Amino acid sequence: MKVLVPVKRVLDFNVKVRVKSDQSGVDLANVKMSMNPFDEISVEEAVRMQEAGTATETIAVSIGPEKCAETIRTSLAMGIDRGIHVKTDAEVEPLAVAKILKAIVEEEKPELVLLGKQAIDDDSNQTGQMLAALLGWPQATFANSITKDGDSLTVGREVDGGIQTIKVSLPAVVTVDLRLNEPRYASLPNIMKAKRKPIDAKTPDDYGVDISPRLTTLKVAEPAGRTAGVKVADAAELVSKLKEEGVI
Amino acid sequence: MTFSPPINSIQYLLRHAIDFRALQACPTHSDLSDELVLDILVGGAAFASDVLAPINRGGDENGATLKGGVVTTAPGFKEAYKAYTDAGWQGLSAPQSIGGHVSGGQELGGQELGGQELGGMGLPMVISVAVNEMLYGANMAFGLAPMLTGSAMNAIIAHASDELKKLYLPKMVTGEWSGGMNLTEPQAGSDLGALRTKATPNGDGSYALSGQKIFITWGDHDCTDNIVHLVLARLPDAPAGSRGISLFLAPKFLVDADGNPGERNGITAIGLEHKLGIHASPTCVMEFAGAKAWLVGPENRGLVCMFTMMNEARLFVGVQGVGIGERAFQTALAYAGERVQGRVAGAEPGAPISGHGDVRRMLMDMKSGIMGARAINLACAYALDMSEAAPDEEARTADRARQALLTPIAKAYGSDMGVAVTSTGVQIHGGMGFIEETGAAQHYRDARIAPIYEGTNGIQALDLAGRKVRRDGGAAMAALIGDLDVILADTKDISGNNGLDLGCNIRHLEAGLVAMKSATGMVIAMDEIDSHAAAVPYLDLCGHVISGALLIKSVVSGLKAKDPHAPAMQKLVWHHSLKYLAQAPAYLAQIKCAAAPVFAYPEDRLADL
Repeated sequence: MKVLVPVKRVLDFNVKVRVKSDQSGVDLANVKMSMNPFDEISVEEAVRMQEAGTATETIAVSIGPEKCAETIRTSLAMGIDRGIHVKTDAEVEPLAVAKILKAIVEEEKPELVLLGKQAIDDDSNQTGQMLAALLGWPQATFANSITKDGDSLTVGREVDGGIQTIKVSLPAVVTVDLRLNEPRYASLPNIMKAKRKPIDAKTPDDYGVDISPRLTTLKVAEPAGRTAGVKVADAAELVSKLKEEGVI
Repeated sequence: MTFSPPINSIQYLLRHAIDFRALQACPTHSDLSDELVLDILVGGAAFASDVLAPINRGGDENGATLKGGVVTTAPGFKEAYKAYTDAGWQGLSAPQSIGGHVSGGQELGGQELGGQELGGMGLPMVISVAVNEMLYGANMAFGLAPMLTGSAMNAIIAHASDELKKLYLPKMVTGEWSGGMNLTEPQAGSDLGALRTKATPNGDGSYALSGQKIFITWGDHDCTDNIVHLVLARLPDAPAGSRGISLFLAPKFLVDADGNPGERNGITAIGLEHKLGIHASPTCVMEFAGAKAWLVGPENRGLVCMFTMMNEARLFVGVQGVGIGERAFQTALAYAGERVQGRVAGAEPGAPISGHGDVRRMLMDMKSGIMGARAINLACAYALDMSEAAPDEEARTADRARQALLTPIAKAYGSDMGVAVTSTGVQIHGGMGFIEETGAAQHYRDARIAPIYEGTNGIQALDLAGRKVRRDGGAAMAALIGDLDVILADTKDISGNNGLDLGCNIRHLEAGLVAMKSATGMVIAMDEIDSHAAAVPYLDLCGHVISGALLIKSVVSGLKAKDPHAPAMQKLVWHHSLKYLAQAPAYLAQIKCAAAPVFAYPEDRLADL
C-alpha cells in the first residue's frame, strides 16, 4: 500500500502567538516554525505501517514557501521515503490544498492519504474531508487506531462519547487524532540518510489548480482579557444576576 | 520552564564568526550542506528540549543514589539515556569506520582493522560543540555521561591495541557502553604525579589494578550494560612522579572474545559525593580490588595518553559554561518579562521589570557574554577540524597550534562566563532567585563545577602562559593576533559606509589588541614565578579580546551578507564591546606587576589583619 502524507509547516506549539498591530494576521517574523503536531502523528503512523510491511512506499507532501522543504526533510528523517514540495508564497486555503492533493493523488495513485485532523495554526479541520469529497473516497476522521484487513481499514474514531469503530474500503482518506501514537525523534543516522532522499519541487500551476482565496480575513484579534468578577451576597442574588446576564 | 535551544545564534556564528564555508569546502566534509547542518541542529534541539530539559529539575532534587554498591540514577535518566542512544547522538563525531576519519586528531590505526564499520557519523567538532551545547543547556548532569564516553573513545582510538579497539569501540560509539576517566586520588588532584593506584602484571598480558579513585564522574550507574574505565596507575618499579604513570583499560564487566559482558570485574562504587550542583551526575569513589585491566599506550606514558582525552573534554567544559549560561538567560528573560515591580520609565503601569534600565543591562550582559564565549568555543572546534581536514600540511600544522592555543581559553573563559552569567540570572530574579523553585539557583550551582574540573581554570591559565605561549616564543599567539588585526582592518573598511557606525567596536578592539600584544610580550619575557601570578589575568584579557574580535567579525560578515539577524547582532556586539572587550586593557597593570603584589603582603598577616 502506497501512503501519501501531507505535512504543514506551522507556528511552533510552544510559541506565544502575537497578532500583528494592524490586525491583518499573526506575526510570523523571526518566530520558530515546526511541523504541525497532528501531521507528526500521521508521519509516525505511516512510518510504522512501512516498518510493519503494510505500507510499501511513503511520500510526504508540503504546500507553501521555500522553508516548507525543512518540514519535508523532518518527515524524511523520521522515515518517510521521499517528498513533494509544492512551492507557493501565497496563502493557501483548505480547498486549494485539497485540490492540489487530489491532483497529486491522481498522479501518484496512493491507496491511503493520511493527514493530521487539523493544523494548529488555523484549526480549520477541513482539508481531509474536502479531499475525500473531491476524490469520491471514503473517509475516516479523528483516527485513534488504524488496522488494515485486506482491502479495507478498521479505524477507531475519537468521538464525544468514546471510540467509534468503522470500516472503510481502500483507497481512503484518514485523518489522525492526538492519541493514535507518540511520534519518534528523528535519529542522527536517519537525519544523515534523509539528505539522500529526493524532494520533487512543483508549483500549483503544475497541477492546474487555482489557489486564489475564497475567503477574506476581515480582522484578527487577541481574545479579550478576563474582566474582574462581581461578588454576590446570596444564592438568590446569584440567580437573579445570571438571569440578568441571560445565562439562565 | 521550557528550554528552547539557541539554533539561530549557533547558525549565525557558524556562518559569520568562523569560516565554516572553508570547512565545508574540505573533501572530508563535502556533504555537509547548510540544510544538513540545520536538520542536525533542529534534531538535537528537539531531543534536548523535549527529552532532557524536563528531567533536569527532578535530577537536581533527587540526585543519583548508592545502595549496596549499586548506583541508581535519578528518575527518568535511564529512559532518557536509552532514548539518547536509540537516536544515535553518541556517534556524532565518532569515526565512520576503523581506519576512517575521526574528530579528535587521530586516525584509527591497525591494518587488520581497516574498513571495519563502527557506525560513527564522522561529523566535525564544530557540529559536536553546537549539539552538545544544547544538551548541556537542557541537562548538564546528563550531558557528562556522553562526554566521558566520547573522551574515553578518543584515548582508545589513539593509543589502545587493535584488539581492545575491536572489542570496546563498537559499543561505545552507539553509547550502549559508557566510558569513565579514573584519574584523581585523594592526594593526587591537580598533581597527578602523586597518584598511588598500583598495576601488577598478571603474567598473561593483563594487569591487576588496586587502589582508590575519587571524583569519578558517572563512575557507576544503571544506564548501560557495561562501563569502560580508563585508569591511571603505576607499574611496579615505575619511576616516581608523572613519568611513572601508565594508562589502563578496565571494564566493569569482563568481556568475552565476542564482546559479550560476563563476569563482574573488581571495580566498585563505594561512595557518592554530596555536591553543590550536578546532583544527577553520580560522582563516585571507585575501589579497584585487583581489577583486571589492559595497558593502553606505552608503559609510563599514561599522562600523555590521557591528555588525548583531556583536550577535547576541556573544550566541552567551556561549552558547558555556555550551555548552562544560555539556559539561565532564558529563565531570567522569562521572569523579567512577567515580573511587575515599580513603574517602568516611559511605559504604561503594569509593565514588567525587563523595561528597567538595570534589569535590561543584566540581560544584555548575560546574552552578549554567552555569545562571545560561544564564538571562542566554535573557533577552537573549527581549528581542530581544520587541523585534520585542511588540504595542505602547512595549514594543518597552523590549525593544530591554533587549537592548542584556544583550548585553555575556551575552557576557562567559557566556564567562568557560565558562573558569571548564571549568577546574574539569580540576581535578575531578586529574592526569588535565592529560592530553589524558580530553577535559577540550580543553574548557578550546576555551573560552578565547570571552572574546577578537567583542570582548574588556574591550571588552564598556566597551560596558556607556559606551554602555549612561552614555549614557542609566542609564535602561535602572534599568528592569532595577526588574524585579529585583519578583523580590525576589515571592520574599519566597512564602518562609515551607508551610515553604518562601528566606531565604538573599532576603538575598543584597537585598544584590546594593543593590550594583548603588550601583555603577550610581558608574559614571554617574565620569569616563571611571575608568569604563574600573571597567567589568569592574561587569560581573561585574551578571552575578552578574542571573543570581542570574533563577534565584531560576525557583524561585519553578517552585514555584508545581508543576514537578517545581523542588525540585531550589531546591537548585541555594541554592548559586548563596552562590557567585555573594553575591560581588556585594565588587566595590563596586574600582568605587569605579576608576582610582586601577590607575595608582597606578609603571609603571616593573611589570617589576622
